[in-house]
Amino acid sequence: MSLVPPVLAGDRLALARLLTQLENETPEGLEDLSALYGHTGQAHRVGITGAPGTGKSALVNRLVQELRSRSDSPQIAIVAVDPSSPFSGGAILGDRIRMRDLSGDPGVFIRSMANRGALGGLARTSSNLVAALDAAGFGIVFIETVGSGQAEVDIAGAAHTVVVLDAPGMGDTIQALKAGILEIADLIVVNKSDLPGAKTTLAALRATLELGPAARNKNRESKWTPPLLLTSATTGEGIPELASAIGEHRRFLEHSGEWLVRERERVDQEVGRLLRERLAERFLKTQPDGFYEEALRKVVAREASPGAVVEQLIESAVAAG
Amino acid sequence: MAQPKLRVLIAKPGLDGHDRGAKVIARALRDAGMEVIYTGLRQTPEMIAEAALQEDVHIVGLSILSGAHLTLVPRIMELLKQQGQERVRVMLGGIIPDEDRPKLESLGVAGVFGPGTSTGAIVEAFSRAVEPQELRAAEG
Repeated sequence: MSLVPPVLAGDRLALARLLTQLENETPEGLEDLSALYGHTGQAHRVGITGAPGTGKSALVNRLVQELRSRSDSPQIAIVAVDPSSPFSGGAILGDRIRMRDLSGDPGVFIRSMANRGALGGLARTSSNLVAALDAAGFGIVFIETVGSGQAEVDIAGAAHTVVVLDAPGMGDTIQALKAGILEIADLIVVNKSDLPGAKTTLAALRATLELGPAARNKNRESKWTPPLLLTSATTGEGIPELASAIGEHRRFLEHSGEWLVRERERVDQEVGRLLRERLAERFLKTQPDGFYEEALRKVVAREASPGAVVEQLIESAVAAG
Repeated sequence: MAQPKLRVLIAKPGLDGHDRGAKVIARALRDAGMEVIYTGLRQTPEMIAEAALQEDVHIVGLSILSGAHLTLVPRIMELLKQQGQERVRVMLGGIIPDEDRPKLESLGVAGVFGPGTSTGAIVEAFSRAVEPQELRAAEG
């Protein structure tokens, strides 16, 4: 039974079930998403990322309250990703603990996701869940990543606006200089401004940013300079300013044409990944049993390198017609 | 198609502030491969039903130590039903007098676990509560 009509009609139970199907990548779910895809493209996808303990969930809680209190607020969805256990495959998803103030608002929908082993800070299927929420009419979708360090930058390809969180006491200025997470930031936030050391962290980040714009922005010749903001999810300091800055970034993207550039980048990543996966899947299906296992055995026995073995696989398949 | 996971909500309704038991259970269920949404302390029945809906869980596990189970549980069951979530199983842990068990079972509570129940027994009851084909059928 298709979930498309009830999802478009605002049925939250149908939406929740579609999200489960998409997480499990069922054929029915993917078919429904295809049918819904024409309704996507409205939502502002806002990524929230930062190291564990920088206060991502608590900040989202405050931020969404602030946005919802404004008269022009759209419905808001949150996709919160936490890590799966690499051993059992299970997960404890605890982001809702800090989002309790959003409970009871019919204009807010929170969905927790386990990353199911994906390494880039999101789950493989996060983007599909966001698309379904977009189609269901949520005007802003927050995507909260797994607590991330330096290399978990998938969010840059999944969101229009990336908010990178830092907090006092998370590391010295060299950490801030390293590549990765700061380069993807559209907004940089020092959270926990009520704690000692926040001003020092802010100054260190400012000094780093003054060394020059991040590479990604330079390539795009973006006119956007990531603003530095100081917030406290505990006292509420800086939250209205952050909410406004997110809206400003959206307007900037739309007026500068970067919105479409980012959409294209995102779609490029997604279609490219799906194409690689599906091609590999179909390729292996056409090969005799044990073909792939034999290749693995060769690498384990150090008879061939992974790169050489893949070339051999493809060559022998092509030769066999 | 990815392997579907059993999704569980662990919640503490009411006002008692002791969540060690709930955390131990959440951890044991995680170690058994389930995806456990943990909501924290002092949840109202409305918050629990809403979270169960948004998260599309198979099972709601409630931990109640305050003695208010005969007030809280019927309200939660009623809300789940109102929202069309009849298929969600409700499990209850905590300090539950034996004489209250028949009442709870008649409300549709799928399992009641008192002090001293091993985590192994709880994990098994949770695993058995949902048929494998229901997990695979993707809740269509």
